[in-house]
Amino acid sequence: MALVEISNLRKVYYRDSQEIPVFESVDLELESGGFLALMGPSGSGKTTLLNILAGLDKPTSGSVVVDGQEITGMKPKQLAAWRARHVGFIFQFYNLLPVLTAFQNVELPLLLTKLSKKDRREHVMTALGVVGLTDRADHFPRQLSGGQEQRVGIARAIVSDPTMILADEPTGDLDAKSADEILTLLERLNEEYHKTIMMVTHDAHAAERAHAITHLDKGVLHQ
Amino acid sequence: MKYARLIWVNLVRNKRRTILTVLSVFVAFFLFTTLRSVVTALNAVSEVGSESRLVVSSAMGITFPLPQSYYERLRSQEHVESVTWANWFGGVYVDPSNFFAQFAVDPDTYLNMYPEIVVPEDQRAAFLAERTGVLVGSGLMERFGWTLGQSVTLQGTFLPGDWEFTIRGVYEPNPASFGDQMFIFHYDYLYEGSNQQMSPGWYVLQLADPTSAPEVINRIDAIYENSTAPTKTETERAFQTGFVTMWGNIGFLVQVIGTAVFFAILLVSANTMMMAGRERIGENAVLKTLGFPDSLLFGFVLVEAVTITLLGGALGVYGAKALFGPGNFMTTFIPGFEVHSSTVVLGLTIAIVLGLVSGFVPAFQAMRLSVVQSLRRVA
Repeated sequence: MALVEISNLRKVYYRDSQEIPVFESVDLELESGGFLALMGPSGSGKTTLLNILAGLDKPTSGSVVVDGQEITGMKPKQLAAWRARHVGFIFQFYNLLPVLTAFQNVELPLLLTKLSKKDRREHVMTALGVVGLTDRADHFPRQLSGGQEQRVGIARAIVSDPTMILADEPTGDLDAKSADEILTLLERLNEEYHKTIMMVTHDAHAAERAHAITHLDKGVLHQ
Repeated sequence: MKYARLIWVNLVRNKRRTILTVLSVFVAFFLFTTLRSVVTALNAVSEVGSESRLVVSSAMGITFPLPQSYYERLRSQEHVESVTWANWFGGVYVDPSNFFAQFAVDPDTYLNMYPEIVVPEDQRAAFLAERTGVLVGSGLMERFGWTLGQSVTLQGTFLPGDWEFTIRGVYEPNPASFGDQMFIFHYDYLYEGSNQQMSPGWYVLQLADPTSAPEVINRIDAIYENSTAPTKTETERAFQTGFVTMWGNIGFLVQVIGTAVFFAILLVSANTMMMAGRERIGENAVLKTLGFPDSLLFGFVLVEAVTITLLGGALGVYGAKALFGPGNFMTTFIPGFEVHSSTVVLGLTIAIVLGLVSGFVPAFQAMRLSVVQSLRRVA
């Protein structure tokens, strides 16, 4: 059984009374431990699909089952708790809180758990170790390079050991060298730590690092 | 506690704005506490007046004296236990700005009538024995640095000339709101100094039973209704309240000023929180993405708002309390003026409510924030 099962998913936006379809009848499966790249031109709906999978957006109709749980019918409070437990999100623009250090940014998801301060510290340092930034734990985002910021973002996404990692254009704001480092890190997470990853990108080189590539174009998924 | 850091870093991320807002709240609460304490003190002054004592003054006003002959007749009234009288003496000590209350009284009956005036027995005897002796409140002694046995000269106003007194006693008021700023001397001295032209300014009657007050009041005023000096009789509390209301409706004034100040502060702190909320739309969206529930974000903003108003409020309230503690310089003008615990509690409660109200809208906005739209805006 697949970890993620998306069936007959439809998303429509409304502008006044006008219906603007994003995608129709999308079906997608992602196995546990898989690494899927979702490609497509701007406005094709790939970020919308990722947001729905993360429980940040609601589909117009259809079903999204993650690890046996249907999430489309969940209430906001349930979805927040579900997200905290199952989703690690990597943003294109890192979205670190500028007033917190790298350590404190990575610690954020753990504040929602019952872990003690000592345990939280251990988890955070482990996550920072995985991305190679233990020596930058006390640095603020403004003191880090773009690539380092994104690595902190990845540490934040994996620190609570979520069921899947969703990455929205994780290399979109980086130079080629930093982008390569990030993709290598994602590969490592997938291969060494068996993390299930779905990555949205419009960069063909980045997509090649995934196990599978799916294209979303004009609301239709081409696998 | 694990969220305290998150709230703290948001509070201090724009230090200048936070400090200015806290200072605005501080000033508002300092004003509120001071004004509220004025009302409390004035109310206490009016409550010092006893319900079992009646004041008989001229119906034409407190500045018009009453005949000496009224004394015996008032004393013979049913339900009246004892009678004393007093006069206002508007003397000047060195400079007119050194204002304090001076009363010429019938000393023996007056001190018996007022157990609120607590004076050592030997000083009481010395005061009673000397015609130019004077009994001075401890606060007034301290104010002018006087000592027991010292001679004090007042310049008469409506009775011109130098009036020599010797301080023979120092009293402590009980309760404090009775006031420790009075200068009490012998009526006989005033009488002689006025070439025997003076007569009592008002009489004070001690009733055996306070419930008989309405009957006695009506009877006395009826007796003198058609005389050359008609009377106005009222309980001492009503008499004191009349004095207090001569200041105008202080309570109403404070309420109006307080409401205006708090409304202004509400707008200031609400504006601060709205600006802070707008700046953090993206960050709140990230927190939601990480799984922070709406209720937690709502709570963060409210706690932040309450922290600002409570900090400013506490500074204002406790600042006023530190400045206007027991025996502060304002007691010279308003006996018993000090910041009471009830005012502190009220001030802090208002500060919390102010924080909750000013933080509610931005907290609600943070709670209802659409993650997808917010992240799109940030991107």
